[in-house]
Amino acid sequence: MSELSALTLEQAAAGLRAREFSSVELTQAVLDRIGSVEPDVRAYLTVTADEALTNARAADQRLRNGGASLLCGIPGGIKDLIATRGIQTTAGSRILEGFKPPYNAFVIEQLRRDGYVLAGKCNLDEFAMGSSTENSAYQVTHNPFALDCVPGGSSGGSAAAVAAEEAFFALGTDTGGSIRQPASLCGVVGLKPTYGRVSRWGVIAMASSLDQVGPLARTVRDAAIVLGCIAGRDELDSTSTTRPVPDYLSACERGVKGLRVGVPKEYFIDGMEPAVEQAVRAAIAELVRQGAVPVEISLPHTDYALPTYYVIVPCEVSANLARFDGIRYGVPQPGETMWEAYANTRGSGFGAEVKRRIMLGTYALSAGYHDAYYVQAQKVRTLIKRDFEEAFEQVDVIACPASPSTAFPIGAKTEDPVQMYLADIFTLAIPLAGLPARAYEAASEWSHSQCRERLQVGGAQ
Amino acid sequence: MSRYETVIGIEVHTQLLTRSKMFCGCPNDYAGAEPNTHVCPVCLGAPGMLPVVNETALRYGMMAALALNCTIPEFSWFERKNYPYPDLVKGFQLTQYSYPIGSHGQVNIGTDAEPLRVRINRVHLEEDTAKNTHVTNAAGESYSLVDCNRAGVPLMEIVTEPDMHSPDEAVAYLKKLRDILVFLGIANGRMDEGAMRLEANISVRTPEEAEAGVLRPRCEVKNLNSFENVRAALVYEVKRQAQVYDRGERVRQVTMGWDLEHGRTVVQRSKEEAQDYRYFPEPDLPPLRFTAAEVDAVRAGLPGRRHEIVSRYQQVLGLDAYRAELLAQSPAFAAYFDAALAVCPQAERVANLLLGDFMAEVNDRRMDMESTAGLPPAAETAELARQWEAGEVTGPQVKQLLPRLFDTGEGVEAAKAALGIRVVGAADELTPIIEDVLAANADAVEKVRAGQDKVFGFLVGQVMKATRGQADPGTLNRLLREKLGVAG
Ligand SMILES: [Zn+2]
Repeated sequence: MSELSALTLEQAAAGLRAREFSSVELTQAVLDRIGSVEPDVRAYLTVTADEALTNARAADQRLRNGGASLLCGIPGGIKDLIATRGIQTTAGSRILEGFKPPYNAFVIEQLRRDGYVLAGKCNLDEFAMGSSTENSAYQVTHNPFALDCVPGGSSGGSAAAVAAEEAFFALGTDTGGSIRQPASLCGVVGLKPTYGRVSRWGVIAMASSLDQVGPLARTVRDAAIVLGCIAGRDELDSTSTTRPVPDYLSACERGVKGLRVGVPKEYFIDGMEPAVEQAVRAAIAELVRQGAVPVEISLPHTDYALPTYYVIVPCEVSANLARFDGIRYGVPQPGETMWEAYANTRGSGFGAEVKRRIMLGTYALSAGYHDAYYVQAQKVRTLIKRDFEEAFEQVDVIACPASPSTAFPIGAKTEDPVQMYLADIFTLAIPLAGLPARAYEAASEWSHSQCRERLQVGGAQ
Repeated sequence: MSRYETVIGIEVHTQLLTRSKMFCGCPNDYAGAEPNTHVCPVCLGAPGMLPVVNETALRYGMMAALALNCTIPEFSWFERKNYPYPDLVKGFQLTQYSYPIGSHGQVNIGTDAEPLRVRINRVHLEEDTAKNTHVTNAAGESYSLVDCNRAGVPLMEIVTEPDMHSPDEAVAYLKKLRDILVFLGIANGRMDEGAMRLEANISVRTPEEAEAGVLRPRCEVKNLNSFENVRAALVYEVKRQAQVYDRGERVRQVTMGWDLEHGRTVVQRSKEEAQDYRYFPEPDLPPLRFTAAEVDAVRAGLPGRRHEIVSRYQQVLGLDAYRAELLAQSPAFAAYFDAALAVCPQAERVANLLLGDFMAEVNDRRMDMESTAGLPPAAETAELARQWEAGEVTGPQVKQLLPRLFDTGEGVEAAKAALGIRVVGAADELTPIIEDVLAANADAVEKVRAGQDKVFGFLVGQVMKATRGQADPGTLNRLLREKLGVAG
């Protein structure tokens, strides 16, 4: 029955309703699939087989009773940055090894309300800092379509699990491209919702003003189903929006006829892989063939997105990660003095990229530099936001590449952090403006020998 | 010493009497609780937890700011004040740094005739830290214990301009401030428990420097836990700084503690060691907006200022200062008194009832007058006072009726019916009783007739006793005098 794992979420949900198979069978098929491909892909940090089968049995009961939601009985993977009650949640870091939160994140409660099945916790760059998942303290995840290549990051485990049919969907988090870029590199759909659309409660923070949870799935409709479940107001997240949640699935029916598609000239740059540009241009041509109207636009502050992002993010990181001192939770290291114990705990618990960002942020916020970096970056952020506001007066959506390259080989960029930062160059600006965006498959057909390239479509809030 | 003028500024931190903590739902009253029992993932700084602002704390902050004549900003936000220490669970403290809830205020510590104004620089809200206890065990190992019950308790900081010029003025300001906060019902003013913490900044300067508006380096004295310690520390510092200058040396800008045992200030930290807190706006909380309508609503809900209430009771109602002060002990009590006056305008009578039998009842029941929960309706208490004034009930009957009003919440008439209380006021009903009493107390009658007026009271008491306290005092008096043939 292992072919069950290759269904789309929607097909699996239909099969469950038609009693073609049970959630226990579906879940077992996914667990079998995990068993066979995980040695090569390594998408999961924790596979929760017992939990999954318990969830599946409960889901089968609900399905028999009728009225269950589309996600009922469907196995999904959860980025290990999202708190799951009683189940180890590491953020990909040694400092949280063995940490079992006594709470579920809001998004987990939403999924549980709908009766999903927890397949496991997905690998990530430590505290979501990275673009290849190589910064995980535990393991390197491999791109299922090219095992010597990275899956992208930081939600690389989530993207790889969905691409390798180890889950029907996964939750990731996106701060500067951490859902869209790995979705792009793994050939799946990834969506970063508008800031505030999904509660961040229970999601370990990297940069609070940018972090957002979103779905990764194998089809746009599947992603719409998951977003419909996790979106909504949460009284415990003061930044979550009170706007009603629309019916995303029926919105998928609307088509693109008359849709004004902005093509920003700043996103087709020198140094971009020709294959990427070709695929994206072809995808835009396909949209036009279906009735969309292309409009050339300009986002003049695009060049400043990367430096702005790499000031704001480390500043917030430096404060958000200060709580990891090993005193109340996490892995403490002893020391002769309190300060030495701090230094030992954080020195051995955090990886290089995490330390780099903490130091960059601490520096940028320090007296004498604060105005030149943090304050200036906030001003530029406003200009970037204005670029998009002006653009959306002319167009309905913006189409651009999600990544300047296809999946790159494992180890290719680990020596040079700036090269790694550049992997997110097309995805950084959108979250700075608080906007939603989705990465789609741009190549016309599936091929397991080739890395996927993706089209990114940004929308107004 | 007299060559120098003293310059003092005061910073007060006070916990707020909200039910829950500043950013989570944990109970605020941790006094006496086992360590780390009033905690949740939010106030323990667990990964992924987010703050939610306590609206009541915001309102209390605004009440204090308005009572101190501050300007309320249109926008404000919390910022992260970053420093590592085990008492700070998140590694940062949320505090209103750039836009405090109140600024540019002032408070008068003098009298109406001779005002002495202390300007308020800022009133801002923040969260309290956890409490560290340093211990050494039997094996000689020393370590620290962290109790997070206090972490996240709403804290308000009130900072003055350096407007006080003597230790006495500083203490007068502190007393005034504590009165205002306690009267508003937003703080308990307890310094021994650390609910209210005092810090003083002090420097001295010459009259010429004062003329030119120049300040010399100041010393900050922290952890003063009583008004007397504030006074003692300031007196000590004024003298010390003057002596330093007189020796031709310079006063360094430092943070000090007060060594109670030796009666001296002790340097804790120099200015060079001052920390860089790397403030930036808390991204987990959207900015706060205060509309004019919201500010007006809070302003309208403020109890009158205590001294204004006291002077109204004296000047308009003609009460003496002692009773006026007692009636204005809390906004709730003053409001109760005012509500009663609307029904029974005889202020003397209402005040006597409230401060006498009524207060005794409140104390017996271990209630307080901080809130009016559990009290009889003010209108019924007023009705009791009115009937007493009108002779419709007697003093002893008031004592009988009050517990019933407290117990049942019923009206005065219902309580009287239930207890069978009435006034024996008709002459034909009282006369035979009086005649019986006179016949039984021939000795006393003789004494009254001989001019011993004191004994008259004894006979009144006997008649009261015979009527089980139900005789109308006025009628009784009149009839008794007639029978005895003595003038009133
Ligand atoms: Zn709490």
